[in-house]
Amino acid sequence: MTRHFSTFSVIREGLKGHTGWAPLWRSPAPKDAYDIIIVGGGGHGLATAYYLAKNHGLKNIAVIEKGWLGGGNTGRNTTVIRSNYFYPESTALYDLSVRLYEGLSKDINYNVMFSQRGMMVLAHSDAEMEMAARTVNAMQLGGADAELLDARAVQKKAPVLNFRDDARYPIHGAIFQGRGGTGRHDAVAWGYARAADRLGVDIIQNCEVSGFLIEGGVCKGVETSQGLIKAGRVGVATAGHSSDLAAMGGYKLPLHSYALQAFVTEAIKPFMDTVAFSPMTGSYFSQSDKGGLVIGGGLDRIPSYGQRGNVPVQETVLSGIIDMAPALAKVKLLRHWAGIVDVSPDSSPLIGPSGTDGIFINCGWGTGGFKAIPAGGYLFAHLLATGTHHDISRPFDPDRFQTGHLIDEASGSGIAH
Amino acid sequence: MQQFPCPFCGLRDEREFHFAGEAGKPRPDTTQPISDADWAKYLFYCANAKGASHEVWVHTTCQEYFVMTRDTVTMAVLGTHALHEVPA
Ligand SMILES: Cc1cc2nc3c(=O)[nH]c(=O)nc-3n(C[C@H](O)[C@H](O)[C@H](O)COP(=O)(O)OP(=O)(O)OC[C@H]3O[C@@H](n4cnc5c(N)ncnc54)[C@H](O)[C@@H]3O)c2cc1C
Ligand SMILES: [Zn+2]
Repeated sequence: MTRHFSTFSVIREGLKGHTGWAPLWRSPAPKDAYDIIIVGGGGHGLATAYYLAKNHGLKNIAVIEKGWLGGGNTGRNTTVIRSNYFYPESTALYDLSVRLYEGLSKDINYNVMFSQRGMMVLAHSDAEMEMAARTVNAMQLGGADAELLDARAVQKKAPVLNFRDDARYPIHGAIFQGRGGTGRHDAVAWGYARAADRLGVDIIQNCEVSGFLIEGGVCKGVETSQGLIKAGRVGVATAGHSSDLAAMGGYKLPLHSYALQAFVTEAIKPFMDTVAFSPMTGSYFSQSDKGGLVIGGGLDRIPSYGQRGNVPVQETVLSGIIDMAPALAKVKLLRHWAGIVDVSPDSSPLIGPSGTDGIFINCGWGTGGFKAIPAGGYLFAHLLATGTHHDISRPFDPDRFQTGHLIDEASGSGIAH
Repeated sequence: MQQFPCPFCGLRDEREFHFAGEAGKPRPDTTQPISDADWAKYLFYCANAKGASHEVWVHTTCQEYFVMTRDTVTMAVLGTHALHEVPA
């Protein structure tokens, strides 16, 4: 059975008619007890399990997923990876993630197709150019790469954008992060799953957590559709469903769940080889390797767990795209979907103890946690293994809502998630 | 396009409405000392219920605030009433 990916193994399997590939991970029945259980088989849960095994040498770990791996937001997102935030705490977090992404395919021997094609945040007025310069300075001070582009440089990178005289939102320039880009979302979930499985982690799919076993105020395990499973510690990484788990575990979260929609068009010729985002319209797009344009925009207007979007927001997102690149008006949509994202009051994630002993949380990534999967997993593993924060996750503890040390990226970088 | 019932204007387009927050969250009594934990609970924490959720909404056209109970999974409206009314 072939497990490792290499040129040699691909050729050898090719010659054997690809009959020798082993499944990427086992599907074991759950054991009675684990040292650590992770609830949620999205990117964050799977990465957490991997780093628990790899960085902390823990072996007795399970990931419990109610559906299939990556079936939540990890497999539904528009795959933009970047670290263009305002506050130093955010830059430290998201840039750690970009750096881990840079080495990820090699680290887990799985091609996550991280394509560093750069990301542009457009500025549409002189005032926005000043704010863009401020963001660029903040990013550079925080150690992330950032460049301020003028209109001519934007046009050179993306001539398809709207440079017409009658543009509703004329382009004055952009914040450009060259190390940003896109990745392959399923590959991130599958790659981490395979790497974690190889280190002994049990990945249990089609297993829904329906409650927590709490004894004397301390969590001792989870109740699931496959029975009771005991655990030393439980880490919950369930994105938009985190409040649901909180209700089961007897703690509260400062989150609202919203549908976030995305769209893919028919494949067209190479159109734009970077990611473009217009904060004015809230819409952004990139082009996938297949040629389809991957389009995203703002949150739905109404808190929701219904995994489908509403029409007014579809109109806003798509008309924003046509404002940005009028040539796209005739391109047909192929697919459209939504995921349920967990939005926190300061648009920054929550990593820390839940409020119920034995349960820890990793959530609140909102519309932007795909980029953060490696760092989220890395830091959450540190917390679960040691019981204490890594320096980079410390500011993101939920205690900031009491101390007032919010990390308000909605106003800081103007990116609403 | 979904329609929501304003208790004052009847069924109207969802774009005329704005979600204001969860219902049943009285402001802490500011004549007494309030702990940081209680302020945080009031300002930030919420049930974010999956299923029936009691919420305060504003109909931006008539500017009236009211309580709407929705199923957050199916998006069905389960009832609305004016803020001063106690639901049956
Ligand atoms: C349309 C859209 C576009 C996006 N675009 C971007 C982007 O361009 N860049 C970016 O960085 N981020 C983006 N995001 C956000 C990003 O997708 C998420 O922040 C990230 O994937 C969250 O990962 P996760 O592992 O925490 O959650 P998920 O991938 O959602 O995983 C959570 C898992 O928990 C499981 N679960 C829930 N309840 C239970 C239970 N009771 N028992 C067991 N399992 C349970 C779910 O089935 C799910 O698989 C986007 C999101 C959406 C919806
Ligand atoms: Zn009204």
